[in-house]
Amino acid sequence: MHELDLAEVSAALQRGNFSSEELTRALLERIERIDRDLNSFITVDAEGAVAAARAADRRLADGEAGPLTGVPVAHKDIFCTRGLRTSCGSRMLDSFVSPYDATVVERLAAAGAVVLGKTNMDEFAMGSSNETSYYGPVRNPWDTERVPGGSSGGSAAAVAAALVPGATGTDTGGSIRQPAALCGITGLKPTYGRVSRWGMIAFASSLDQAGVFARTARDAAMLLQPMAGFDERDSTSAPDEVPDYLAEMESTDLEGLRIGLPREFFGEGMDPAVSAAVEEAVRVLEGLGAKPREISLPSLGLSVPSYYVLAPAECSSNLSRFDGVRFGHRCENPADLEDMYKRSRGEGFGAEVQRRILIGTYVLSAGYYDAYYLKALKCRRLIRDELRAAFEEVDVIAGPTSPETAFRLGDKTDDPVRMYLSDINTIGVNLAGLPGISVPAGFADGLPVGLQLVGGYFREGRLLGVAHRFQEATDWHRQRPGAYA
Amino acid sequence: MSFKAGDVQAVAHLARLSIDDSRVPDYARDLSRILDLVEQMNRVDTDAVNPLAHPLDMAQRMREDEPRETVDRDAYQAVAPKVRDGLYVVPRVVE
Repeated sequence: MHELDLAEVSAALQRGNFSSEELTRALLERIERIDRDLNSFITVDAEGAVAAARAADRRLADGEAGPLTGVPVAHKDIFCTRGLRTSCGSRMLDSFVSPYDATVVERLAAAGAVVLGKTNMDEFAMGSSNETSYYGPVRNPWDTERVPGGSSGGSAAAVAAALVPGATGTDTGGSIRQPAALCGITGLKPTYGRVSRWGMIAFASSLDQAGVFARTARDAAMLLQPMAGFDERDSTSAPDEVPDYLAEMESTDLEGLRIGLPREFFGEGMDPAVSAAVEEAVRVLEGLGAKPREISLPSLGLSVPSYYVLAPAECSSNLSRFDGVRFGHRCENPADLEDMYKRSRGEGFGAEVQRRILIGTYVLSAGYYDAYYLKALKCRRLIRDELRAAFEEVDVIAGPTSPETAFRLGDKTDDPVRMYLSDINTIGVNLAGLPGISVPAGFADGLPVGLQLVGGYFREGRLLGVAHRFQEATDWHRQRPGAYA
Repeated sequence: MSFKAGDVQAVAHLARLSIDDSRVPDYARDLSRILDLVEQMNRVDTDAVNPLAHPLDMAQRMREDEPRETVDRDAYQAVAPKVRDGLYVVPRVVE
């Protein structure tokens, strides 16, 4: 059963080929057996999953089921789940159990999805390799000596190893698309504001966006459908109406579709084998009627520098709530209030989170605000305006998701800046708030390569449609890691 | 920009973060590298550019200030490190 994709699982449950409980138990057993190697889950909720599966089976029997009823999913451990630990990959929240569900969790539960557990991640979603997790690194199912990408590495690895057919993630600078690319699966980051941030532990609130992992574009559309939409509890939730994503996907025609290939996406630091696979993928789209052409987005070069002001600045503010008073880690025997704040935070946060808090505090401090924070906001406008203008000329922008395939564990942990450059092709999309998707597009030295497609605001349906047509014409998304097939 | 050990501890104090002295040299090196990266922003003249805080130019949504859901104090305090009689307990602040 584990080899079925999400749409196949949904159809099989509706037909009664097997029950949700049978499937759930089989996947729980598979996680038990395989996840010792991968470490993709922080918490498995066997009891809750079986109970939810039984409830789903009753709805299926009563003819009250929707497309996700009884379908197993996993949540990145950044989404608050009532009664089930939410750690955010941090010692700070090692024993934190949320009193409420995130909107994403609530909506997928209402749609009937069965939550198997919470997936591993870089601490507070800060990282591109899943090595900053307090719970240890996640390993890539294609080669367990390599990283799955990050920060949503647990969700990506779990879907790639067929431990679960779909999972949620969050993407602040590439944290869905880059792990999807490195693990050979499909990962969608919607438009900023499309999916509610309520109950999703904040990293950089002007950039954070929830999205999905699955094997196919169709699966991603099915998962996104109930998640998307206005939520009054999120002050930046988009009021725009949610289209029928599957219908938009099915009706997408590539004939005449204008694809822009920014030369900056194929620039310095790109692995030539990755570029070659992506260029071949673009030829496939061209064969389906699309019209690719080179474009130039020179301001994209400002993305990584300005992001590493804005994201740390927002994180230093957001993470000030972790003070040892109301929730989270508190140090032993604090001498006074300041000692409690400092030691609780010093003990609770790992090195990468501390680095970002320090950078963020520094760029916001008196005398430096204009030179760093204000400057970065101005660069952000240049990047956003340039990308927005590009969508007057093209329908979709394409390029490699990541400059390279999965790297070895430990390869970049000594140099944060090298790690940050892993997201060179994804960060600009977050700064502009645009939707992006990564789809499997071939292999380089036996490791998956991701094609990134970026669409105009709220054009998730078309993005999924382009990905779907590509997946009809190729079978890269059907390739599975041999050891975990 | 190069970060000195003293700079790291000064910023750490602002962030209310205790950092072991043994880790300060590594942080100073890492933060210096990050600021070198960040300073690539200065390649571009942005004097005439307005800052952008929200990618979709959305304004803050407002609502009437009316009471709505009631917070379940016990549920919220169940995850607190230390509470007593419905109050959060912290080290003495006022002598």
